[in-house]
Amino acid sequence: MSAPELEVRSLTTRYGAIRALRDASLTVGVGEVVFLIGPNGAGKTTLLNTVIGLLRPTSGQVLVRGEDVTGSSPDSMITRGVALVPEHRRIFADLTVKENLMVAGITVDAATRERRLAEMVELFPLFEKKWTTSAGYLSGGEAQQLAIARALMSDPEILLMDEPSLGLAPTLVDLVFELLGSLREQGRTMLIVEQNAQRALEIADRAYVLRSGEIIDQGTGAELRERTDLVSAYFGSQDT
Amino acid sequence: MTDIIQQLIDGLGRGSGYALLALGLAIIFGVMHLVNFAHGEVITVSAYLGYWLSIHGTSWWLIALAALGASTLTAVIIEFVAFRRVRGAEDFTMLLTSFGVAIVVRAGFSMWVSTKPRQFDKPGWIFNTVKVFGISLEVYDLIVIGVTAVTLAAVAYLLRRTMFGVSLRAAAEDFDAARLMGIRANRVISGAFALSGLLAGVAAVMILMRRGQAEPGMGLDILLPGVLAAVIGGLGSLSGAVLGGFALGLAEVMVRAWILPEGFTGLTDGVVFALIAILFIFRPEGFIRVGHAERV
Repeated sequence: MSAPELEVRSLTTRYGAIRALRDASLTVGVGEVVFLIGPNGAGKTTLLNTVIGLLRPTSGQVLVRGEDVTGSSPDSMITRGVALVPEHRRIFADLTVKENLMVAGITVDAATRERRLAEMVELFPLFEKKWTTSAGYLSGGEAQQLAIARALMSDPEILLMDEPSLGLAPTLVDLVFELLGSLREQGRTMLIVEQNAQRALEIADRAYVLRSGEIIDQGTGAELRERTDLVSAYFGSQDT
Repeated sequence: MTDIIQQLIDGLGRGSGYALLALGLAIIFGVMHLVNFAHGEVITVSAYLGYWLSIHGTSWWLIALAALGASTLTAVIIEFVAFRRVRGAEDFTMLLTSFGVAIVVRAGFSMWVSTKPRQFDKPGWIFNTVKVFGISLEVYDLIVIGVTAVTLAAVAYLLRRTMFGVSLRAAAEDFDAARLMGIRANRVISGAFALSGLLAGVAAVMILMRRGQAEPGMGLDILLPGVLAAVIGGLGSLSGAVLGGFALGLAEVMVRAWILPEGFTGLTDGVVFALIAILFIFRPEGFIRVGHAERV
């Protein structure tokens, strides 16, 4: 049996004395869309930041296609085909749309970078008119598209996303979920943190539930949607 | 009118050095959240190299080139030896480290060279005056303003038109987000120190041409107006740093020439500080507000 595309084994990450993530384990298969859901402060962002290398785990392992990449730096994770769309988008407000994308293509050669820039304009037509606009002037939805486009500049096989629909108007949430659908059709493997659990479970192949840094449940999207205890505890207040 | 123009040129000349130092500080602050008080020591190293080359009969052009190389290299070495070890530590730890580096460099020159200033020949022609549209100007001021303008234009080109520059701007805005794009922390920080060192080198050459002197404690004295300029401009803002440098230079000259009566010019620094305090009451963030994310 081949190794999962991404595997997290007994991962523990601390912020000083606080254990933000405790002994968390999960797998994401090739082309799978897996969601991490749970309340605020559950450790979801910590898990993604540890996988991508922004945080160093206290113990445990991160494996990409069976290779132990624990503690690797973000640039080395990108060259291994893993990219993260961070929470709150974190676009570079003082840089233009084009410069944001250029920076995101730093790991590839100039010719490939130019080709990818053209591909991003094709995938996100709004960029064409905003090419030289400072990214700080983009609306929330436009900024989220830019954040996703930046992650795609390295053409990652594994895409990590942290709250892609956070703070967006309902119509823009639809747009983001449409985009997730099209990325799934392209065969991208995705691990996504999402507060909008009801919506996430509709498109999830599988999902893990985190609480207080621990994975407390898992299942397919359909299975978890049927779990009335989880729905009332974590998802009841979510928009549908 | 002639007096006004002459004072403006004088102010721009003073502000040029401040702007270059402040820009270097702002670049480092952007990527490391560090006010680098060791930045002035880069000038001290260049000054002693200039002294050594001068007493061996080297021409000023070669001294200038050597000073640029020495300042760039020194800045990179300081980052590698000292700051890389404390990267990710609290801001205060890094600040103390920068003072530590400054003290070590100063002590080194005091012990192994001399505590007394070392004099060397200044290029005499820079003190000549030329008439431009009937206004008598010192060659030195024109050189300083010209070199600073060319340097700032080159830095602007680097930051806007090259991958290194765009990466540096991204890292200065949000270091972790820049790392998520694949920017290598070591590379961009070393590059930032090299660039700030080069800028300090340009400032050093201009200062040495006028002072013709090297002494162990000169770094901090020269650096302080640069720190002030960076803070006035909005700490971390690159354009703000340049603006702050020129504003400080002009303010010093104007206060001395037009505000203080004769015999009271010794109060110039005090009045300038009072003006800065008033500025911070109305604009505590400095000229340009900077929003920073967490640094490494």
